[in-house]
Amino acid sequence: MANLIIPTPLRKFTAGAATFSAEAPTVGVLLQSLAEAHPGLKPHLFDGEGTLRHFIRVYVGDEDIEALDGVSTALETHTEVSIIPAIAGGTSDPS
Amino acid sequence: MKAPLTFDHEPWTVVEAEALRTFPNECCGFLFGHETDEGRHFTEALPVENAQTGDQRRRFAIDQRDYLRAERHALATGTQLLGIYHSHPRHPAVPSIHDLRVALPFFSYLIASTYPGHVERVRSWQLNEAGQFFEEPIQIPSHG
Repeated sequence: MANLIIPTPLRKFTAGAATFSAEAPTVGVLLQSLAEAHPGLKPHLFDGEGTLRHFIRVYVGDEDIEALDGVSTALETHTEVSIIPAIAGGTSDPS
Repeated sequence: MKAPLTFDHEPWTVVEAEALRTFPNECCGFLFGHETDEGRHFTEALPVENAQTGDQRRRFAIDQRDYLRAERHALATGTQLLGIYHSHPRHPAVPSIHDLRVALPFFSYLIASTYPGHVERVRSWQLNEAGQFFEEPIQIPSHG
């Protein structure tokens, strides 16, 4: 059973749940299970073609899945998976 | 009318101190606390390195691993990750187009307008359903 941490800003789509657990062989299957369990999350995770949005990162343990096998990354029992949104910003113009 | 954000003394002090310490660059970090029917109360500020690789006087970015640590910290301490703070050196505490571009719903975005030797003002903003920022009133904690 993989355990997924829902980022706080997206918990309004999971009725406040902070985590989601499911039997899933890969990251991709786990994310699909999450989106099926909480349909409101789907547009925030995937674009119209079903690809992960570019400002969303997914980590397995402490590793970015981009450095592993992407959404095909295999999951073992009790693996912790995290969805991580991009956080950035700044002022409007040069000072 | 939305209830004002309230703060323990320490997180407020940390935000101001970090804004001054990193000047003329932007500082950034996480804000933890609790949200109840009475509003949001902040109990902890966690500074992190500005991970922006370019000009840190006008931009900030938070490393993905720092975000991961922040969510884990909230789960471990029974708090909520309620917001993000950053500074605007020599600029008003108003969100920029860069702030809006990647802003997330729910978070309180605290901005500290900072000049040499002093923080001029701290304001907080949150996205509404239409994807626009609205200002959240702040009750500044008394010193002591």
